[in-house]
Amino acid sequence: MMTLKVNGRDHQVDAEPDTPLLYVLRDDLALNAAKFGCGLGQCGACTVMVDGKAVLSCVTPMVLLEGKQVTTLEGLGTTADPAPIQRAFMDEQAAQCGYCIAGMMMRAQALLMQNANPSDDEIRSELQPHLCRCGTHMRILRAIRRAAGLMNRADLSSESGAVR
Amino acid sequence: MNMLVLDRRRVLAGAGALVVSFSLGHAFAQDQAAPAPSPPGSLKTSPFLDSWIRIDADGSITVFTGKAELGQGFKTAFQQVAAEELDVAFASLKVVTADTALTANEGYTAGSHSMQDSGTAIQNAAAQARGLLVAEAARRFDLPADQLRTENGQVVAPDGRRAGYGELVAGDILHVQAQATSSLKDPATFKVMGQSFPRVDIPAKVTGGAAYVQDLRLPGMIHARVVRPPSYGAELVECDGADIEKLPGVVSVVRDSNFLAVVTEKEYQSVKAMQALSAVAKWKETTRLPDQDDLLKVITGLPSQDHVIFARNNASAVGQTTVEATYVRPYQSHGSIGPSCAVAQLDGDMMTVWTHTQGVYPDRQAIAEMLHMPPPKVRCIHVEGSGCYGHNGADDAAADAALIARAVPGRPVRVQWMREQEHAWEPFGPAMVTRLKASIDREGKIADWNFEVWSNTHSMRPGGAGCMLAAQHMAQPFKVPPPKPLPLPEGGGDRNAIPIYTFPNAHVVHHFIPEMPLRISAMRALGAYHNVFSIESFMDELAAAAGADPVELRLGHLDDPRGRDVIAKAAQEFGWRRDQKPTPGRGFGFAFARYKNLAAYCAIASEVEVNRETGRARLIRAVAAVDSGQVVNPDGLTNQIEGAIMQSMSWTLYESVSFDQRRITSIDWQTYPILRFSAVPDDIAVHIINRPGQPFLGSGETGQGPAAASIANAIANATGKRLRNLPLTRKRIKDAIDA
Repeated sequence: MMTLKVNGRDHQVDAEPDTPLLYVLRDDLALNAAKFGCGLGQCGACTVMVDGKAVLSCVTPMVLLEGKQVTTLEGLGTTADPAPIQRAFMDEQAAQCGYCIAGMMMRAQALLMQNANPSDDEIRSELQPHLCRCGTHMRILRAIRRAAGLMNRADLSSESGAVR
Repeated sequence: MNMLVLDRRRVLAGAGALVVSFSLGHAFAQDQAAPAPSPPGSLKTSPFLDSWIRIDADGSITVFTGKAELGQGFKTAFQQVAAEELDVAFASLKVVTADTALTANEGYTAGSHSMQDSGTAIQNAAAQARGLLVAEAARRFDLPADQLRTENGQVVAPDGRRAGYGELVAGDILHVQAQATSSLKDPATFKVMGQSFPRVDIPAKVTGGAAYVQDLRLPGMIHARVVRPPSYGAELVECDGADIEKLPGVVSVVRDSNFLAVVTEKEYQSVKAMQALSAVAKWKETTRLPDQDDLLKVITGLPSQDHVIFARNNASAVGQTTVEATYVRPYQSHGSIGPSCAVAQLDGDMMTVWTHTQGVYPDRQAIAEMLHMPPPKVRCIHVEGSGCYGHNGADDAAADAALIARAVPGRPVRVQWMREQEHAWEPFGPAMVTRLKASIDREGKIADWNFEVWSNTHSMRPGGAGCMLAAQHMAQPFKVPPPKPLPLPEGGGDRNAIPIYTFPNAHVVHHFIPEMPLRISAMRALGAYHNVFSIESFMDELAAAAGADPVELRLGHLDDPRGRDVIAKAAQEFGWRRDQKPTPGRGFGFAFARYKNLAAYCAIASEVEVNRETGRARLIRAVAAVDSGQVVNPDGLTNQIEGAIMQSMSWTLYESVSFDQRRITSIDWQTYPILRFSAVPDDIAVHIINRPGQPFLGSGETGQGPAAASIANAIANATGKRLRNLPLTRKRIKDAIDA
């Protein structure tokens, strides 16, 4: 048994220590967003955040995560109350099959938390580990730029004391 | 009537629905006096209106389609079409997709047919259903029908009386065969069609909702992994699974001759057990694959059945300058980001399979044959998977799941392929060769045109069990059925082989190759990708020989006015000019096709940058114009065309399946590289030419061919070198520059 902190909650997980985080999230915690794409760290579909950084969950064994904060797409918002990154992907209709999208969004979220105004080159270079097969790239880039704008506006309004 | 219909009547009656008589076209053979002329779209094969539209007593409306949502977004488009013709709010109805227990048999979701077949059926069924509801209201109100109007799910009389659709559906009034013609709405009055409604599937996909078959978690579900042979035709000669069965969580090791799988309680246990099992499995490998470095010789050297598919002769046209060229396409991979997955459960004598197949009915047939079960005892339910772009491992995974589920009756079994299994075992897009020869007359017109294409079939989809790996690997194996060329006018290897341009002399030959050295099947656009790449590259070669502008040469040989409009639109929006000069290191390219010569029109202009030192080509921008008839969801169509350009760019610049004498060696994203963000263009613009009231023209695959040729033409324009062997890799471009 190991305690795993996911989306702000502690979970007791009974899995062998070498189990990649991806399988714990999907199989033990029934979370859908992180996807199995390659199991090799080559495609980015499994990306989640660990302590605010983008991590490939398919090649990260659970034993390394003791005491760390794991965030998945589910932890950001819901369809009824989406986070800015989710709102932006809906607004831009930035998905076709969508299988790669959750991983893309988590890396974008980690980027935007570090750098509120990334340049187009910075976004592209950050997304380099991620594959999209439907060819939704242009929309994904637009959605991330839109999310940056939404997050900056949200920050401004919270700084000025306005209610979100 | 069959069992399914009876069951459904009971279930629905229990739920209080009044209109319950669901009809599967083929289940009502006795009802089917084929009306002449036949109704449009898939109403031809499933003519009962309530196969498509169900209205319950509470007014709730369900639309049924036999097509599968694959990420193209047409579930949303169908909802728009139905809402428009029924005159109800978009959000007030829901769409149920392919399920052998619920929906019509619409075959495969393929060939850009969904809007044409299912969209047309839904549009007409909805319009006719509205007509019946109005007629029923007219009877009740004792008023002529033409005095009534519909509004938001109600029929309204001039005196203010109203009747909701739910109140009007008493009896089986929608259980009637469709008429040949419908009174469709005037496109000028459309409120829902033609609008960019947000896709209904996207919110779940961006919030971690259950959106895919991979996300299915049934009570008591267990996990399985398959151990596939190392190469085609390999035989399992030794496998001691005794130690594997003692590993943590292992429920069972399933072996049926060359079919080998493990079943475990938890998912990662199955991965580990699969690895352990793989280590003790000894295979005898016998296959001998061809030389991948000489596909031209390999493909043209195989025995072929030769068909002249087009011939036109006009002796008065005589060419002066002759140009010849040969183009080659390698085997290419669908490359779905999510490996194939399925869940199956044997409950009593009923097998249920949740699958991302493109054809629930053909898949059911194949699985039933494999398991020696009657087809009605197998139910296939489509659940979305990762995008497939044709026949990937979906059907194989469904067969795997069904075969394993039979070995562990009662429990739902989820099978997901590993990355290397998807890459090595999916049926690839076939390698192809085209040889072109044409002459230009004194006026710069093309006087004669010869086109030959060598290709395998482009569909080995199930229908027969022998199309599925599990059935091929069993102790009593099913043989791979003999391949067949797909018939024209749509064609397979010869799809788009007949030029859309008008040439006084033209001769087109299809060399159909039955022998398949690699496992192949349908991949987005089938032969059209390579044929359009070839024709449209060659048009530029001819333009160069004639000293003509590529756009003008195309317009000079094209009669089809809608084709001319798309070409003009793309050229204009791109800023194409006869005397244009790209900045050094860059080139402009243009290409056009009408998919299958009968679906959507698409023209693409592009600007490509080529690094002369490294040979690296990058698409800078592309401008597309598309005419797909009446547009239902402009943003959805734009998304499809954008995606087609990006995916085709990836195929065209990077992709080829690699293999040695025995094995497929491109087994992951390192060995089969595809487009990454560093190569994404600066801009892609899609311009839609809407044709209100015109039939829907399939669009999902129309961009693949033009995008490839447009990029190849831009590379030729930038470098002065013509590349004819796909993919147009850095090395090939660099070698051409240095030559």
